[in-house]
Amino acid sequence: MKPMFEKGGKYHALHSVFDGFYTFLYTPNETSTSGVHIHDGNDSKRTMITVVIALLPCCLFGMWNVGYQHHLATGECIGWLAQFFYGLWAVLPQILTAYIVGLGIEFIVAQLRGHEIQEGFLVSGILIPMICPVSTPCWMLAVAVAFAVIFAKEVFGGTGYNFLNVALVTRAFLFFAYPSKMSGDSVFVSLGSATPVDGYSGATPLGQLATATGENVHIYGVDGQILDLSNLFWGTIPGSWGETSTFCILIGAVILLATGMASWKIMLSALVGGLGMSYLGCAIGNPTYPVSMVYPIDQLCLGGFMFAIVFMATDPVTSCRTETGKWIYGFLIGVLAMTIRFYNTGYPEGAMLAVLLMNCFAPLIDWCVVNSNIRRRMKRMAV
Amino acid sequence: MAREINIKKGLDIPLEGKAGGKPEPIKSGLIGICPDDFPGYTWKCDVKPGDAVAKGTPLFHAKEAEAIKLVSTVAGTVEEIRRGERRKILAVTVKAGEDATNPIDTANLTDKLKMSGLWAMMRQRPYDVVPAADAAPRDIFVTAFDSSPLAGNVIPTHIAEYLEPGLEALKTLTKGTVYLAVRPGQGLRTKAATVLDMIGPHPAGNPSVQIAAVAPINKGETVWTVDAGTVARIGMLVKKGYCDYRAEVAITGPAAVKPKKVLTEIGASLDVILKGELKEGESLRVISGNVLTGVKVNPETDFLRFPYRQITIIQEGDNADEFMGWASMSPKKFSIKRTFPAFLRGLEKPFNFDARIKGGHRAMILSGELDKVFPFDIYPEYLIKAMMAGDYDKMEKLGIYEIAPEDFALPEFVDTSKQELQKLTRESLERLRKDS
Repeated sequence: MKPMFEKGGKYHALHSVFDGFYTFLYTPNETSTSGVHIHDGNDSKRTMITVVIALLPCCLFGMWNVGYQHHLATGECIGWLAQFFYGLWAVLPQILTAYIVGLGIEFIVAQLRGHEIQEGFLVSGILIPMICPVSTPCWMLAVAVAFAVIFAKEVFGGTGYNFLNVALVTRAFLFFAYPSKMSGDSVFVSLGSATPVDGYSGATPLGQLATATGENVHIYGVDGQILDLSNLFWGTIPGSWGETSTFCILIGAVILLATGMASWKIMLSALVGGLGMSYLGCAIGNPTYPVSMVYPIDQLCLGGFMFAIVFMATDPVTSCRTETGKWIYGFLIGVLAMTIRFYNTGYPEGAMLAVLLMNCFAPLIDWCVVNSNIRRRMKRMAV
Repeated sequence: MAREINIKKGLDIPLEGKAGGKPEPIKSGLIGICPDDFPGYTWKCDVKPGDAVAKGTPLFHAKEAEAIKLVSTVAGTVEEIRRGERRKILAVTVKAGEDATNPIDTANLTDKLKMSGLWAMMRQRPYDVVPAADAAPRDIFVTAFDSSPLAGNVIPTHIAEYLEPGLEALKTLTKGTVYLAVRPGQGLRTKAATVLDMIGPHPAGNPSVQIAAVAPINKGETVWTVDAGTVARIGMLVKKGYCDYRAEVAITGPAAVKPKKVLTEIGASLDVILKGELKEGESLRVISGNVLTGVKVNPETDFLRFPYRQITIIQEGDNADEFMGWASMSPKKFSIKRTFPAFLRGLEKPFNFDARIKGGHRAMILSGELDKVFPFDIYPEYLIKAMMAGDYDKMEKLGIYEIAPEDFALPEFVDTSKQELQKLTRESLERLRKDS
């Protein structure tokens, strides 16, 4: 079959698509023609798949949690497996939409440019639905994915050339284009056709805190029960469906760090930055901004902060590429995410905007770091 | 007093098939000298088929500096001038006959080196080319060990005694210092040079690493690098007035039938020295040199190539259709990243590599992976980008004068995006050199 897609073959026009599928099934037999004669086994496909595996705990838990929140909200008594399948059924259309639209564009662009199909969207495609509310309509997602893939990635040259994180651009597009569908009380819990129980509120803990008044603030689950740190840590709270469980995010972080696919420097410095800012917020204790008064450990488990610093900030293409730069970049993401969360009541969560903002500044930070190396060399020459 | 230099960043690739034992003498009967092994000059052929030559008779001279020669390493008759595309000379071959040595009748050391072909075996930084005819190097760096995979001896045992006089001779060629880089276990000590004890993984044996640790090259400076084997030959030339053109070659690699060492002529014909070493009926790749920087050669028609020390034989791997290789859980697949389970069995145990690039060419994705095997105060990714863009100014500022293509070999090996970094570096250095 292969010769039909090679130069001069009947279907040569579709060679990128064929190559995409062929190299997915078989590792190419291409041998080295210059330079080193042997190569390390790791390639771009393995890299992307490893990140997808790291996302799986969050993804599977998120599916179950969608069903669980539905059960709490409606009082329907169903077992954990049924809750999982309810969630799976609810989010599957989103996942399929993201992959079909995103990969479709990638295939078309690869074909137009005569490239091999690049694997970057394997990760973005699963990340995008995970950071959206469960009730996001598929058409909205499709528009946002198309926007992000074309304008944040392909116009710059495709995977490896984009300066903004594609998944976060999708999220930001949705957030600014359809704000009513991206925040508020009614988008984070899938009710289906059922009626909610008495005392039901679909607001996320962070949403509740942002609008709270007074000194002693409690956060409530969808069924009206008070939530504590263990709920926040394990993730049995409403939110964008893939990012609620701090525990699963930590499993993902361990996988990423053990395989060397993400930078521990970025994760650690972002954590330090976020914690530091939380302590500062607590110390200042301004009641006008109730979110800033939450205890720092609780603060970390709220919203998308942990998800952002583990999976978004560490995207190697859009983060700083120098080791010194990574410390600065991560730290500022932590500080900015919390600052936006505390003091900008318009945006209950700041992680998305903090990462996107730092994506923009990453090249500048790197430039400064590399320039100090250049200056050192120039100085040596002058002596 | 030896100076200790400790290298942390790097990698010893655990390749199967190390050669041991004493070298077995083999006369190949036919040698070939390839002008492509000596970058920096255009080589003009001085002989024609049928000419009688002695050991040390010039076969080529440099167009830009006539005194610099490439010589025959055996006495006999010129057999063929092998040409490739656009009549470019690939090699001049000489069939061995009765022994005779071409006399070198000059007292001047520089002239001796140029006439004996040993000048062409030295390298000059920046650009990693054969030294300019009138160059005065700041320092000379001699390397007495090879840290690359499965490498054998750098100094052929039978001429090891001439290292000291060789170093003494080099001292007269520079106003600066002659450095001798050794492994601490080698027991090499000399008063003729400043000894550098190199500790750590490959690329500890690359001269760039040694230069960077002692005194990095600045724009406008020239440093020579030379292997200790060549220095021993220089020593012999000075002491005896002639040179031994034999080399100790390690035949290595996972696909070698029986890894061994041989003592043969520089540029020896491979079909003789590889007799019985290649498995029949298998798709093999024969490399003259090591797996990182060597040249792919045809074992039936080609010759031992510079630096004349090693041959590595690996499987080509072009017949291995690996189903869903990206999902492989095989512990036999080597990766320094822990995305494959090989790390569980221990990455220091030998692996069987083939020549597949194991992935597709991509843009740079992962950050920092090249830095881990690149022990210089240079940002490799930024230098690569400057080289890709052909930005001379940036290349200079980011330190291109401090490196040679071989320094990008390990980054090329670990690169997830499978870019051809050594080729890029060589092309960039050549462009810089031609435009300077």
